[in-house]
Amino acid sequence: MQIIISNSSKEPIYEQITNQIKSSILAGELQEGSAIPSMRNLAKDLQISVITTKRAYEELEKAGFIYSIVGKGSFVAEQNLEVIREKKLKVIEEQLSAVITNSREIGLSLDELKQLLKILYEE
Amino acid sequence: MGNVVELKNVTKNFEEFSVKNINLQVKQGFVTGFIGENGAGKSTTIKMMMNLLKPDAGEVKLFGLDYKKHEKTIKERIGFVYDGNIFFEGLNLKDIKRIVAPAYKQWDDTLFYQYVEQFKLPLNKAIKTFSKGMQMKASLAIALSHHAELIIMDEPTAGLDPIFRRELLDLLQELMIEGNRTIFFSTHITTDLDRIADYIAFMQNGELVFNQSIHDLAENYALVKGGMDLLDRDTEKDFVHIHRSSTGFEALTDNIKEVKNTFGNTVIIERPSLEDIMYYLKGGIHHV
Repeated sequence: MQIIISNSSKEPIYEQITNQIKSSILAGELQEGSAIPSMRNLAKDLQISVITTKRAYEELEKAGFIYSIVGKGSFVAEQNLEVIREKKLKVIEEQLSAVITNSREIGLSLDELKQLLKILYEE
Repeated sequence: MGNVVELKNVTKNFEEFSVKNINLQVKQGFVTGFIGENGAGKSTTIKMMMNLLKPDAGEVKLFGLDYKKHEKTIKERIGFVYDGNIFFEGLNLKDIKRIVAPAYKQWDDTLFYQYVEQFKLPLNKAIKTFSKGMQMKASLAIALSHHAELIIMDEPTAGLDPIFRRELLDLLQELMIEGNRTIFFSTHITTDLDRIADYIAFMQNGELVFNQSIHDLAENYALVKGGMDLLDRDTEKDFVHIHRSSTGFEALTDNIKEVKNTFGNTVIIERPSLEDIMYYLKGGIHHV
């Protein structure tokens, strides 16, 4: 599991961790049921305090991305609807970015693009 | 998890200095950094935790136990790493081990030799020939070899070079993988704590100003920078202390929400370092 922490980022360290683990799960790099490092090991590897990884894992648990079993560790959770929705949204975002790139290449304005999208959406 | 150390209304008076009414809890399984200027009362507080000094008033409990009845049990479970040499200087590490080991029921010879090797400590050289870093390592090796649950360190990094300081922090982090271990670490080099501390206890003039998790600190305090024209008698109330210069002001606030309300986007709000917090709190607390 790769996590890169920036000390100069405005984003708190625990958020950097939750976001990176979330995107690994959403990208399918971390599979359902697979073990992730214990928060104490992760703290040591990232050279940060235990309370920071603890908070990151608590947030991930709350959001349903992971679950923990006392004495066994933490695992990637079965994806719930919200997770799937977020996953889909991410895909849509990527596809739309591609659409925008293509539109710019042929000089299609935002309004023209919106119009096109409206027509297709309401079809 | 519970508290390993509990000080309740602890007071100690000296002729020209006193530690007043300390209420401090140290959480099990975490690293607590104990900060404050030289002379703020850190060492006095630690000595009372170690029962090297008796408080004039108040209650000191370790692992929920009282020193009056359980001194030996408590001491068995603590490893004390002290600033400077606590051993007889003329002795070598082997002799010291021979003296210290029988005092602990849980003494682990294998573990001791393992640390001696890891820290590259000579067994047959007198302690007085050790560098400051080596003395610290020797003291730590002994503390770790009796499976101490609570490691109390008084200024362990003072006078050590940056590379050794980093090595020590790596080692402490390794120790924390075992979830039941607690470290209480006093220092005035606050950058040591940015990396490993979970809680920060801050002493000033013999009083405990706060004991908070690093997340609470980040949420409670902010550094605010802006132009001098923004300051007046009303807006200044949002700050603990203000540093003014011809190019603008820099100030510490303990009310981030209010600052955002008052100044909006006209100021820069940043996360303060521990050093910033220490420096500005020294300038005076007018509304805590």
